[in-house]
Amino acid sequence: MSATVEQPELPKLSNEEVARYSRHLILPEVGMEGQKKLKAARVLCVGTGGLGAPLALYLTAAGVGTIGLVDFDVVEESNLQRQVIHSQATVGRLKVDSAELTLKGLNRNTNIIKHNTMLTSANALEIFKDYDVIADGTDNFQTRYLVNDACVLTGKPNAYGSIFRFEGQASVFATEDGPCYRCLYPEPPPPGLVPSCAEGGVLGILPGLVGVIQATEVIKLILGIGEPLIGRLLLVDALGMSFRTMKLRKNPECPVCGTRQITELIDYDQFCGVPKPTGTGPLEATSPGPAADLPIVDGIPQISVEQLKARMDAGSAPFILDVREPHEYAIVDIGAPLIPVGELTRNLHRLTFPKTTEIVVHCKSGARSQRAALILKENGFTNVSNLAGGILAWADRINKNLPKY
Amino acid sequence: MNIHIPTPLRAYTDKQETVSIPGATVAEGLAALVAAHPALQQHLFTSEGKLRSFVNVYLNDDDVRWLPAGQATAVSPGDELSIIPSIAGGCSKEPSI
Repeated sequence: MSATVEQPELPKLSNEEVARYSRHLILPEVGMEGQKKLKAARVLCVGTGGLGAPLALYLTAAGVGTIGLVDFDVVEESNLQRQVIHSQATVGRLKVDSAELTLKGLNRNTNIIKHNTMLTSANALEIFKDYDVIADGTDNFQTRYLVNDACVLTGKPNAYGSIFRFEGQASVFATEDGPCYRCLYPEPPPPGLVPSCAEGGVLGILPGLVGVIQATEVIKLILGIGEPLIGRLLLVDALGMSFRTMKLRKNPECPVCGTRQITELIDYDQFCGVPKPTGTGPLEATSPGPAADLPIVDGIPQISVEQLKARMDAGSAPFILDVREPHEYAIVDIGAPLIPVGELTRNLHRLTFPKTTEIVVHCKSGARSQRAALILKENGFTNVSNLAGGILAWADRINKNLPKY
Repeated sequence: MNIHIPTPLRAYTDKQETVSIPGATVAEGLAALVAAHPALQQHLFTSEGKLRSFVNVYLNDDDVRWLPAGQATAVSPGDELSIIPSIAGGCSKEPSI
């Protein structure tokens, strides 16, 4: 199979469609045949978040006949800073329903197939088999590797995009002769080492930029025109507004697309070293409940917000350290002194108390503070706990007047 | 040589996007970078001193892993090294530990 999508029998265009797509039809590289290819094409958008929103919107506008949407989340107010497919009117509704409403408003002829489910090793191959191109707009490493492996195993090209703060990456993976995501990154980073967008933030426009690049690649694959990003990694820096491309090579030792020793989907939570998904799924930020005994993670006891509040009320509060960034502290704080985790190592002299002092470290949701707790432990502090769920859990369960970000 | 630092790692280079570092090879440049910014060590290298598998280093537009001499490849002052870590943002929510 070539990188392009083969369409043996193409559907006809109605007069209404000819009028609608006239700007495509007068473009020789698209033309009548290309527009029919778009109408026949079936594209799966994995995720209807920041990347999936512009992707699905532009593919629908361009006349892609069938668009599948995979998402199990509901629309939240904080999504609307970038997820332009949703709206204030659909806050609280399922994302696939909200997205369908917008897409049908844009193009009533588009066939929208909703997969209101978490993509898993159990359902990915079954879902993928009905599509020609997969567009990966997910937001975590487990699903990235799952989408990649499922694309290689089913032979579907993957229009990939990823973002963080002001930076984006895009490529086309898993074509017959091209590299796959595992050729680029054989293994995921250990959990906690790379901050998530929920922790690190993202410029709202950036997923628009990168999602439209993905949509462009999808359209090129369907039409068989231009030079798709096969074997190239596009790096987008929104602050410098620079675009660079790096060469990617197919790794002959790649266990999925090279040696092909991986012949079925694996347990991607285990592969990425993250806990099994809960009822709310792997994409859901977990805020541990007020359980009496939270687990000890890597030797760091986890303390719940209720336990910390009880200690404060009893007048036996430990030393609390906030390891977020100053711009986060400006949004909300619980009165703890601030040393950002990245500056902790060279600021240890500011902790002038004995190393046996009890310290509770907190951040936004508990990941960075876990890292900070490990740094403190490595530097000789013997009684360090991590506040599970961070300041978000505090705002959820202790002081509901605090803003959440 | 100039080394491009990606956003996630700028917290460890005093927010610098580009670090100018002396060094005759890729390995020397990376060693000098980590010597100047020790907090980068654990993000770039394993405890055995190997480059982490989720961090890619590019010399100009070539992945250092695929260069015949690998990290021993000679660099000239005008060359650019880029550190390209994996990012997963999509971006709605992500699990936290």
